[in-house]
Amino acid sequence: MSAPHPIELLRFNTCGSVDDGKSTLIGRLLYDSKNLMEDQLEALERSADITGGGQINLANLTDGLRAEREQGITIDVAYRYFATPRRKFIVADTPGHVQYTRNMVTGASTANLSIVLVDARQGVIEQSRRHTYIASLLRIPHLVIAVNKMDLVDWSKERFLEIRDNFESFLPRLDMKDVKFIPMSALNGDNVVDASKHTPWYVGPTLLGHLEDVHIASDWNLQGFRFPVQWVNRPNNPRDPKLHDFRGLSGQIAGGTVKVGQKVMVLPSGLKSTVKEIWTYGGPLQEAFCPQSVTLVLEHDLDISRGDMVVGLDSMPGANTELHARIAWMHPRPLQRGKKYFLKHTTQTVQAVVTSLENRIDIHTYEPQPEPAELTMNDIGEIRLKVSKPLVFDGYATNRLTGSFILIEQGTNATVGAGMLNPPLEPVKPEYNDFAI
Amino acid sequence: MSSYQLDHLQYLETEAIHIMREVAAEFERPVLLFSGGKDSICLLRLAEKAFRPSDLPMPFLNVETGHEFPELIEFRDRRAKELGAKLIVRTVDQAIANGTAMVAPGEISRNKLQIPVLLGAIEEFRFDCAIGGARRDEEKARAKERFFSFRDGFGQWDPKNQRPEIWNVYNARLNAGENMRVFPLSNWTEMDVWEYVRQEKLEVPNIYFSHRRDCFRRGGQWLPVPPPHTDPTKPDPYEGARPKPNEKRETLVVRVRTIADMISTGMIESPADSVDDIIGEVSAARVTERGTRADDKASEAAMEDRKKAGYF
Repeated sequence: MSAPHPIELLRFNTCGSVDDGKSTLIGRLLYDSKNLMEDQLEALERSADITGGGQINLANLTDGLRAEREQGITIDVAYRYFATPRRKFIVADTPGHVQYTRNMVTGASTANLSIVLVDARQGVIEQSRRHTYIASLLRIPHLVIAVNKMDLVDWSKERFLEIRDNFESFLPRLDMKDVKFIPMSALNGDNVVDASKHTPWYVGPTLLGHLEDVHIASDWNLQGFRFPVQWVNRPNNPRDPKLHDFRGLSGQIAGGTVKVGQKVMVLPSGLKSTVKEIWTYGGPLQEAFCPQSVTLVLEHDLDISRGDMVVGLDSMPGANTELHARIAWMHPRPLQRGKKYFLKHTTQTVQAVVTSLENRIDIHTYEPQPEPAELTMNDIGEIRLKVSKPLVFDGYATNRLTGSFILIEQGTNATVGAGMLNPPLEPVKPEYNDFAI
Repeated sequence: MSSYQLDHLQYLETEAIHIMREVAAEFERPVLLFSGGKDSICLLRLAEKAFRPSDLPMPFLNVETGHEFPELIEFRDRRAKELGAKLIVRTVDQAIANGTAMVAPGEISRNKLQIPVLLGAIEEFRFDCAIGGARRDEEKARAKERFFSFRDGFGQWDPKNQRPEIWNVYNARLNAGENMRVFPLSNWTEMDVWEYVRQEKLEVPNIYFSHRRDCFRRGGQWLPVPPPHTDPTKPDPYEGARPKPNEKRETLVVRVRTIADMISTGMIESPADSVDDIIGEVSAARVTERGTRADDKASEAAMEDRKKAGYF
């Protein structure tokens, strides 16, 4: 074996409504790219008699729970892994029924790319608009509209173009920069891994070809250093004097890059210091970048704890107790004004109260409906919150990691909402401006 | 690739380190499940990367079925010592003796009996979180598992009612009596694990490498012949797991691909005697890793059923 060459990882999710063929598509990707094993095929054949009437059902590859196979539906987000010589892939199969928003937000929040499946016979339906909206809301960098079941519309170019035009009538409102339309039949494998002989009029890549080629190098935020302190690393080791005084800040870089010698500020205190060392298990680094996990040692011994954020001086985040955000609601108990929740943002959890419900997005028209009484499960809307201590944050559009939060219901501890912060009205103005000590 | 880009192993590593540190920060009494197998060996390295130069902020726990490969036990004990970690071992034998685990008539495998032992240890030490090396690519029910997998007061997993996991913001909140299982390797594949073993030059127990072993054929697999029963004053711990006269017995050149205990681990015939060889073998493999696990072959939903009952 030769030394391993660097391989990129692409994360994507598939969404569509019931019976659009999501699970079949993933099964087809695995099958045609030779990522299925003999015992998996055997298990498929065994289960074929239960649900498939004797025919192998590729959907059974992802529908792993017994109830799912019995009912022929997908219950929860399922993750699949496959590789080609060019890339490794993590697939989140996000089911489109009752908890569709919750599932899609879960599966798509970490994705580089979303695949929205459309049944060529039905064209654009409410679910297609919803999934496309959520992809844009979560700012998934790349979108694929997979026009599936083309075999059932006789591989009609006109039908494909009609569906594409239909999407393009509302896509400009969604600020999606990279959208690709691919005609396919997941069931028969056309344009999934192998190019279809039925679509001579289509000159683009197959789905897998696109997944291997799409440019993802710039999907992480490399502007504006952000380092939420996750765990204060104090060995306190009396046996080793060097370690006795070691005080490191462990965490994952949530934005930008950091260098030894760089001046940084700790928020919300506003104290400044200089990066003395970037400590890692494998040895010190001169420079580190998002999303690396490192341990920073600063020149000054400041009072810093979990939940604080170390930032670069060139671009300041916001810091406020009043927040304005878009939220996807995921729980049967609705979001109500005045109710208290826990809010977890980067590495800190604070108390939050919803001070106003500004609007609810109508998924048919994408128009905001002002002042709804509540947000119910699967709703998306804009809210204002007040939190118990200032949050150091960026707008979600600038930084997915420092611009996002979850809401947790007090008492049950259920995760009930996913929030995306609007940009701060002004950058933080810390009280202290001098170097510490 | 630009210099500000991570390759797939570096990405999986930083994701896992982040999760390990969340556990250390959010839970009062976490524990790390360390069996000595390849996945938990990776967990140990990730723990070192997450917490050094400090001591690892959690003890290790292993649940023994009583049918372990001796090589694995030796390796487990030695690694825990080298890392300066406290190793807690609880056994199915103890649980049978004190009545918390009951052997089903005719059942040879003690796999399911690990469940009450694990739950007993969680209760005994009041652990609120157990880090495990399970991966989503192992099995279909695991494919739906969260990084932070919530368990109720009975240790049960409810697949229809999981907490949504969004971005890298993990909800680690618990009420009294509840606990969390956390799986930092969720997104790793078998191949990723071996590539990480190679990259980090991690030592693995020698049963992963090709060796000669006495085996017998049962249920379409080669199972290891257990060590001889030497103490006639005690019942044979391997009763039922010894080759029957009609079962074919052979000395073969084999290795393990995945390790349960001696009763549940199918040996694969293989000449692979280095990590490079194993990586070559895995990339050409035509059956999944769990295809050699007798415990998963029981039924299509075998893993789902065990997980619901509180399995790892």
